[in-house]
Amino acid sequence: MVTPSPGNGLALSLSGIRHGYTIGGDFTAVVSGVTLNVAAGEFVALLGPSGCGKSTLLRLVAGLEPPHDGEILADGLPVHGPDPDRILMFQDPTLYPWRNVRQNVALSQDISGKRDNAAIDQVLSLVGLNGFERAWPHQLSGGMAQRAALARALINRPKLLLLDEPLGKLDALTRLTMQTELHRLWKERGFTAIMVTHDVEEALFLATRIVTLSTRPARILSDIQVDLPFHRHRDDPQVLQLRRDILTQLGHRDDW
Amino acid sequence: MSGTDMAFSGQAITGTASASPAGLRPVLLPWLAGPAWLAAALVTHYWPDADDFPDTNLLAILFGVVGIALLIGAALRLLTVRAPWLIVLGLGLGAWEIAQAKLIALPRPFFGTPQDLLDVFITDWHRLGLSLLHSLGLLAVGYAAGSLSGIAVGIGLGRSKRFRYWTHPILRAIGPLPPVALLPLAFVLIPSSWLAGEALMALASGFPAAILTWSGIAAVDPAYYDVARTMGARERFLTFRVALPAAMPQIFVGLFMGLGASFAMLIVAEMLGVKAGLGFYMQWAQGWAAYPNMYAALFVMSAMCTGLITLLFRVRDRILVWQKDGLKW
Ligand SMILES: Nc1ncnc2c1ncn2[C@@H]1O[C@H](COP(=O)(O)OP(=O)(O)OP(=O)(O)O)[C@@H](O)[C@H]1O
Ligand SMILES: [Mg+2]
Repeated sequence: MVTPSPGNGLALSLSGIRHGYTIGGDFTAVVSGVTLNVAAGEFVALLGPSGCGKSTLLRLVAGLEPPHDGEILADGLPVHGPDPDRILMFQDPTLYPWRNVRQNVALSQDISGKRDNAAIDQVLSLVGLNGFERAWPHQLSGGMAQRAALARALINRPKLLLLDEPLGKLDALTRLTMQTELHRLWKERGFTAIMVTHDVEEALFLATRIVTLSTRPARILSDIQVDLPFHRHRDDPQVLQLRRDILTQLGHRDDW
Repeated sequence: MSGTDMAFSGQAITGTASASPAGLRPVLLPWLAGPAWLAAALVTHYWPDADDFPDTNLLAILFGVVGIALLIGAALRLLTVRAPWLIVLGLGLGAWEIAQAKLIALPRPFFGTPQDLLDVFITDWHRLGLSLLHSLGLLAVGYAAGSLSGIAVGIGLGRSKRFRYWTHPILRAIGPLPPVALLPLAFVLIPSSWLAGEALMALASGFPAAILTWSGIAAVDPAYYDVARTMGARERFLTFRVALPAAMPQIFVGLFMGLGASFAMLIVAEMLGVKAGLGFYMQWAQGWAAYPNMYAALFVMSAMCTGLITLLFRVRDRILVWQKDGLKW
């Protein structure tokens, strides 16, 4: 296992998490009994079929909603609400249309009242949006908006980064670049990361651990340590083997 | 027969225009605005008036000056978009002059002549100006107070359950009532007619501002709040830096509706109780059968209202630059 820089990450513990929603008068269970311990500095990839409850799980960890049942501990303390140490990057960019790109990225700084222009510049060039700082969100492409949202999540050095398909709307090449950047950033800063993705290769490239979820209501199907050194190659036989295992877990044994 | 003729000539004209895209019209039109006004000047000066009207010569000079200015404008290529309007305006004023000052086609004194109107501005500009200032002052205070408190109430309705519980029924009872209906009562209950006018104007502008601020805030995408909350935002930030800017387009709709309502309230209040302002001036003019003065007051009033609406649109365009496309005034 990789040992990231200590102290920058946050240890997370989920025990017996259950959650659900009332849709059209009927209660629908969405998360049913998820127990998961994440050590500080781990990079966990969450894989699961569409609509199984991945985004819901991230909302619970972010503290946006309390789970119906179960307990979430962050560094040993119960999660009672949102906290800037645990930043969630949403599945949709949800940029504020009345703020330009730079102001959107600076959102958390406006909330905390601490402006740091150098940090904004740095994170903007990291996602390749310099030159678009003064653009309004409606002037961005889908992928650019997603990169702006990523920059907004990265800027204030959270201890836990919850990423909901952060690179889903990018073209294949930009995606590779952003994966490399994300990996470099994680090594450099040592935060804990939980990333939802539909892309098994992406999970294999970035994560120290891959958790697969069942169809709704979400349960953990498998929890796989990826004990491979980084600079993993996509055609490495071990990577290919893991990939086959995971796809089998998700019910796609025959597709590859 | 003539119908087919017209259709035919119409066709011919379109044919020519499309044949030469940079053709006659755009080049020639600016040069026609000046002559239209100069023609009005000549008619005014040389065709004797049907009655003893004031300031005919001054009016002719005025038309002439505008005509020359427009010719200079055409030479400097300043008139392109506005040329058709300026031509029609010159011709229209000329036609009015002929119909009323030279032929007296419509009954006097209800329909005046251009020189009657000009005479009012020359002899009574002082009182008109003071009335305008008074109206503007009355409007500014009432509208500002009403709009600001309307937005505040709207924020409360949008963000606080308890505030909504207590305020909503009151709003439903009083809001839809035309504020004019409260005028007689207000003049009795509030000793100062100025204060009564202000209060009703505030009510007139406050109601739409409150309702639209509320509906704007109610329509805010909850995800916007989540984004700020995960970054540690508290209620204050969520209200003033998320809900309020997100509701801004709706709030401006409320401000426009409120401005219209307070124009109406202003004029009625001035006609019925406040003894000053453009409404009072009109009332006075009617009492003395001074019809040209009424027209002049109407003219000033229209300039005031459209000026204020324009101002509000400018402010909106500044604040809502981020919108993809806005209605232009
Ligand atoms: N606010 C809500 N109200 C009612 N139902 C909800 C709500 N949020 C999510 N759900 C339901 O919960 C289930 C899981 O939703 P969720 O967004 O967590 O799925 P997901 O795993 O992220 O899917 P995807 O991969 O498509 O993003 C869905 O069936 C959805 O209908
Ligand atoms: Mg999702």
